Amino acid sequence: MLPWDLIFFYAFATVLVLAALCVISVKNSVHAALFLVLTFFTSAALWLLLQAEFLAIALVLVYVGAVMVLFLFVVMMLDINTESTREGFIRYLPVGLLVAVIMLLEMLALIGMKQMSALAAPADPGGASNTAWLGNALFTNYLLPFEVAAVILTVAIIAAIMLTLRQRINTRKQDPARQVAVKAADRVRIVKMASAAKETPTP
Amino acid sequence: MSLDSTILLIIAIAPLVGAVVAGLFGKQIGRVGAHSVTIAGVALSCALSFYVLYQMLWGGAGTYNQDVYTWLQAGSLQMHVGFLVDRLSAMMMVVVTFVSLMVHVYTIGYMADDDGYQRFFSYIALFTFSMLMLVMSNNFLQLFFGWEAVGLVSYLLIGFWFKKPSAIFANLKAFLVNRVGDFGFLLGIAGVLYFFHTLDYKTVFDHSDALTGKTLELFSGHPWSAATVICLCLFVGAMGKSAQVPLHVWLPDSMEGPTPISALIHAATMVTAGIFMVARMSPLFELSDTALSVVLVIGATTAFFTGLIGIVQNDIKRVVAYSTLSQLGYMTTALGASAYSAAIFHLMTHAFFKALLFLGAGSVIIAMHHEQDMRYMGGLRRYMPITWITAWIGTLALTGAPGFAGFFSKDAIIEAVHESQRWGSGYAYWCVLLGVFVTALYSFRLLYLTFHGRERFVVEHGVQGHHDHHHHEPGHLAHAPHESPLVVTLPLILLAIPSVVIGAIAVGSMLHGDFFGEAIRVAHEGDGRHEFSGWLATMMEGFAGAPFIFAFLGFLVATYVYLINPAISDRIKRALHPVWSLLDHKYWFDEAYQAIFARGSLLLGRGLWKGGDVGVIDNVLIDGSAAVVGRTAAMVRQVQSGYLYTYAFAMILGLVGLLGGLWFVMHQ
Amino acid sequence: MIDVAHLTLAHYVGLGAILFCISVAGIFINRKNVIVLLMAIELMLLAVNMNFVAFSRFLGDVSGQIFVFFILTVAAAESAIGLAILVVLFRNRATINVGELDSMKG
Repeated sequence: MLPWDLIFFYAFATVLVLAALCVISVKNSVHAALFLVLTFFTSAALWLLLQAEFLAIALVLVYVGAVMVLFLFVVMMLDINTESTREGFIRYLPVGLLVAVIMLLEMLALIGMKQMSALAAPADPGGASNTAWLGNALFTNYLLPFEVAAVILTVAIIAAIMLTLRQRINTRKQDPARQVAVKAADRVRIVKMASAAKETPTP
Repeated sequence: MSLDSTILLIIAIAPLVGAVVAGLFGKQIGRVGAHSVTIAGVALSCALSFYVLYQMLWGGAGTYNQDVYTWLQAGSLQMHVGFLVDRLSAMMMVVVTFVSLMVHVYTIGYMADDDGYQRFFSYIALFTFSMLMLVMSNNFLQLFFGWEAVGLVSYLLIGFWFKKPSAIFANLKAFLVNRVGDFGFLLGIAGVLYFFHTLDYKTVFDHSDALTGKTLELFSGHPWSAATVICLCLFVGAMGKSAQVPLHVWLPDSMEGPTPISALIHAATMVTAGIFMVARMSPLFELSDTALSVVLVIGATTAFFTGLIGIVQNDIKRVVAYSTLSQLGYMTTALGASAYSAAIFHLMTHAFFKALLFLGAGSVIIAMHHEQDMRYMGGLRRYMPITWITAWIGTLALTGAPGFAGFFSKDAIIEAVHESQRWGSGYAYWCVLLGVFVTALYSFRLLYLTFHGRERFVVEHGVQGHHDHHHHEPGHLAHAPHESPLVVTLPLILLAIPSVVIGAIAVGSMLHGDFFGEAIRVAHEGDGRHEFSGWLATMMEGFAGAPFIFAFLGFLVATYVYLINPAISDRIKRALHPVWSLLDHKYWFDEAYQAIFARGSLLLGRGLWKGGDVGVIDNVLIDGSAAVVGRTAAMVRQVQSGYLYTYAFAMILGLVGLLGGLWFVMHQ
Repeated sequence: MIDVAHLTLAHYVGLGAILFCISVAGIFINRKNVIVLLMAIELMLLAVNMNFVAFSRFLGDVSGQIFVFFILTVAAAESAIGLAILVVLFRNRATINVGELDSMKG
């Protein structure tokens, strides 16, 4: 019996790592964004292996569908000079790699890979439906954080709009509040004038 | 029967009330109101003091010793306001209030055209209150309060014309020199408190034997007799207040104040506070022969050497000032010879004739339109007969002409010193004896230069007005001098009377009787006393005694040099120029103090300011720490490169470090 | 049904660590492009999410996945705002070169 789970895992993991490496190293920003999309997809697949299907799909829908689209949107909107973004890359590569590798070794050592490899996967705790399992916990124990998350999203919207909103000076707009607050005296001015005397025709 | 405490309170408080009213409401009540209320207060005190003295001498009243008010109680330490009225203090009260009253009346005339009229009266009434608190006190603390208060009022009065720089210099000098004395005094009081655990006179004196055998180790390994240390410290206070060498330098400068206060404070009363204090502390001083020897030597030195300075002074008030210094020396010498009653007796007689001389000098100064240099006077007896005659009376009393007040007291001192066996008494005897010669010399010099001889002033019958006297050249007067008004001459006359008679009246009881009773304690009774056969007999014997010979010699020399052959004085001065210069510079005391202490303090202060305050604290600590912070910050801030990746990298490095550390800790 | 018995926690956690370090390297190496910086941050969040899901599965606790839920939310909000800032920055500076953004220099 082939260990299908391991095979799938290693396949997806390899793709994931390679895509991540490409994200940080390609010249073109659009390519980088697309590679990031790839990493998210493979991540979703890996999570499916863990039987966390709700989150996998949520990852694809939210992250790829919204966040990465936003990224691509911004990348394509801004007029970026791509050549100048490559200077100096080689200079910092060794140090950065070194630091990253050291950090990786330390983390792996600390995490205790040996012990963790002894831990086997228990039976699916959530039962058949991962969604139901999540939903049960979310709407009972974690209701408040759920609401707070909603508030956070609202705040994010408002913040993003406030940051980037530009007033256009050339277009004409209506301001209903001012329209309603107008008084008659602002529009009409009555001027009293002496009536002109009629000229008597000369006989 | 005992004295009524209300009377004593009134005696003390009446001048204070006058002072407060005149001081705070001077403008409202005007000049007449000010002098009326203060004179009323002091006159009341004077009358009641006489009554108290009468009660004590002939009414059979005993010593009054009561605490009137408890000021403080801190554990075992108690501080009271109380009165001890025995014959010593009763006599002092009479002297103080009487002379004060004379000065008050005199001031009406002397300060008539001064702007600070009410302030002056307030101050001298305040002084009277302070001095009364001093002499009536029954504990060391109230004594010290009175001590400081008279010092304060003296400061205020010396600098009364505060716009004159010399007056400000003088009053500060007086205060600072007194402070040195007060420091010693306070140490003495602390010593008393340490050994007796109380500040009350009676307790201390009753248990004065407790000091015998006690020692103080000021420097480890050298125990000193406690009694000596305490008495010496107390005497330092007396040295400051009573202007003994070397703390005498403030008294001549104090002549910057108006003449009435020179009479009141720096002749009759405040400077005698030191003498009074030592006499009051006689039970303590008798325990220490060493201290008394020190007192003796210092007093004799002051008596002789300051008198010498008086010979070369040209300012009329300065002569009298040095005369006061010399006479204070006499009193101190008497104290050192354990002749306390002689010292107090001389204090009393001296109060009268010295106040008389000062007020007389003041009268002359008024007549000469505030010209004080004797070289521009002369022949004033024709113009001011009353002043002249009273000045003669005062001089005769001062020089100890037999029969006058000063004779009895001075002779008593000289005899006491002669018979004393204490260490230093030989030196002291010669000092006081020669001092008689010196006293006669400068006193008659003053008389002759001022009242006799050729007139050395010029009367200008010019267009300048009467009040323009500040613009005259020295010796030029707007109009001829005339006798001073009654408010000035009446006190002169009233002071001349006791200068003549009080000696004869009091010598029997004070010196040879039991006048002071328990107030003064002498270790060896019978020291310096011999048969007393009445004042007349003493007076006759006086003509044959050594002091009279010396005084007469001085009289002869002065008469010859200043009356008969005035030109010779210049020749003598040129011939003895070094001596004259030494005396003229007052033995260089002032210069030495100025150079060492004044400049030294200034330099120290400046050094501490520039070096310590500005240099260390400001520059190093404050500015320095700020500069260090600034420089460190300038170095550290370069870490902030402004680049995002640097910050991120720093965070990552920190994280790496933490992880490594964590790994180490976990695998220990 | 695929047998998942061979997968252990170590696989996923190690994967998460690798992803994290890649993103860290990305932050440091990348000097010229703010957008890639933001993407590296997303990678970091992804690594953390991986960890959470793995632990949730292997320990049987649902709170790990709930947390991923919220991380997703917050990450979305954060990238929105981050990109808005980027847009405003680009409007003002006409550059996304991180090396030119040093006005906070000390």
